[in-house]
Amino acid sequence: MSETPTELKYASTHEWARLEEDGQVTIGITDHAQNALGDVVYVELPELDQQVNAGEEAGVVESVKAASDIYAPVSGVVTAINERLEDAPETVNQDPFGDGWFYRIEPDDVADLEDLLSAEGYLEVCEDDEH
Amino acid sequence: MSKQTALYSEHLHAGARMVDFAGWLMPLHYGSQLNEHLQVRKSSGMFDVSHMTVIDVQGDGATDYLRRLIANDVARLKSPGMAQYGALLNTSGGIIDDLIVYRRPQDYRLVVNAGTRNKVLDWINLELNEFALISPGAVQVTEEPLSMIAVQGPRAIDHFASVTGVQGLAEMPPFTMLERDDWLIARTGYTGEQGVEVILPDTDAVALWRDLAEVGVAPIGLGARDTLRLEAGLNLYGQDMDESTSPFISNIGWTVAWKPEDRMFIGREALEAQRKAGVQQKLTGLVLLEKGVVRHDCEVHTDAGIGVVTSGIFSPTLGYSIALARVPVAAQGDCEVVIRNRRLSARLVKPPFVRNGEKVFT
Repeated sequence: MSETPTELKYASTHEWARLEEDGQVTIGITDHAQNALGDVVYVELPELDQQVNAGEEAGVVESVKAASDIYAPVSGVVTAINERLEDAPETVNQDPFGDGWFYRIEPDDVADLEDLLSAEGYLEVCEDDEH
Repeated sequence: MSKQTALYSEHLHAGARMVDFAGWLMPLHYGSQLNEHLQVRKSSGMFDVSHMTVIDVQGDGATDYLRRLIANDVARLKSPGMAQYGALLNTSGGIIDDLIVYRRPQDYRLVVNAGTRNKVLDWINLELNEFALISPGAVQVTEEPLSMIAVQGPRAIDHFASVTGVQGLAEMPPFTMLERDDWLIARTGYTGEQGVEVILPDTDAVALWRDLAEVGVAPIGLGARDTLRLEAGLNLYGQDMDESTSPFISNIGWTVAWKPEDRMFIGREALEAQRKAGVQQKLTGLVLLEKGVVRHDCEVHTDAGIGVVTSGIFSPTLGYSIALARVPVAAQGDCEVVIRNRRLSARLVKPPFVRNGEKVFT
């Protein structure tokens, strides 16, 4: 079964966001998402210093099945990308909430995180997806 | 309501993700498509291909009938135990389906795709009615409700022999088969590896599946079946070829038997006219030289003009993306493929990409 940590915030497009102690926000895709995608073989991430906007495309995940856009859950400037994914995209499947993170941003407004879903709210979205 | 194969509960038991495929509930994967793919390249895997359609054609007129129906020539199957890949063409030379014909002592057994079952049966029966006007009752066509299991990989034949006791398979050439009771065991497959395809009754299929699992043969889903066949340079009907494409532009021109010249198979006239006029396109291989994954419908830019990707995947064996593409006949070497509005460097190569676990193109 999919995990959905309660300390994270979620977008209905299956990204998660975690507020770090330094005020940056780490972003990845959920366990539910990686499971639905199947084996990930390539990840296209945003570039460093790029502005990403909530709800807009910020990259692409290619799995054995198909290409899927990933969307920025909150707006901000990219401060780090997970370079590990270049050579080991399978990390997304193995540890979606940990080593399989995608990128980190300096958010335009930390309060934007409040617009995202809780774990509970996200699980409801997943259930609706399945029906 | 989707149909279930005799192995349906085996798939559920093995944790398969089931999907609807051509009206059948089939396993997409059992956890990891990548691992399943590599298992077949390195050891052995088994595929439930019972959704495929098995049709037996018998009677005094069977040979003549099939020599008209199929673009390859079944008269080249010199003795029972031989098999042949070929295509059913329409009168314009377009491909209605691809199939394998097995010659048995008493009849011919045809295996056609699941997705084309209805139209192929309609076509076969339509032609049968025509044939019956000249030779009434000389041919009988029966669809057989049998299971089919493919066992593929470098260790497949060893594993299969160890659970069934059937010996001598490794020495048999590709495209031959033998029969044991009501099992047809053929040295054919869709992966580019050694192996067998077995057509057998439903109850035997369940027992064979369990026995193979016990000796370590992994179940393989449709997902890995697709990446394995593409690495092997084999077409998927409906994607790489269809009724609008001739064998010439589908990389299976070699399956058209031109001699004897008086064999008037369906589509012959159209193909001869096309050949005379000059064939404009070809289906060939493409390798992506950058990161990313080429997919169906991506545009290909070559020195000779524009083409299109018919099937594209990330190749688990090679570690980069490969594809089949239909391009202008003169195109070769370096090209570009458009992925999400970006042009990436690629190269046209002659398929197959992988045979017996190894890269084979240059």
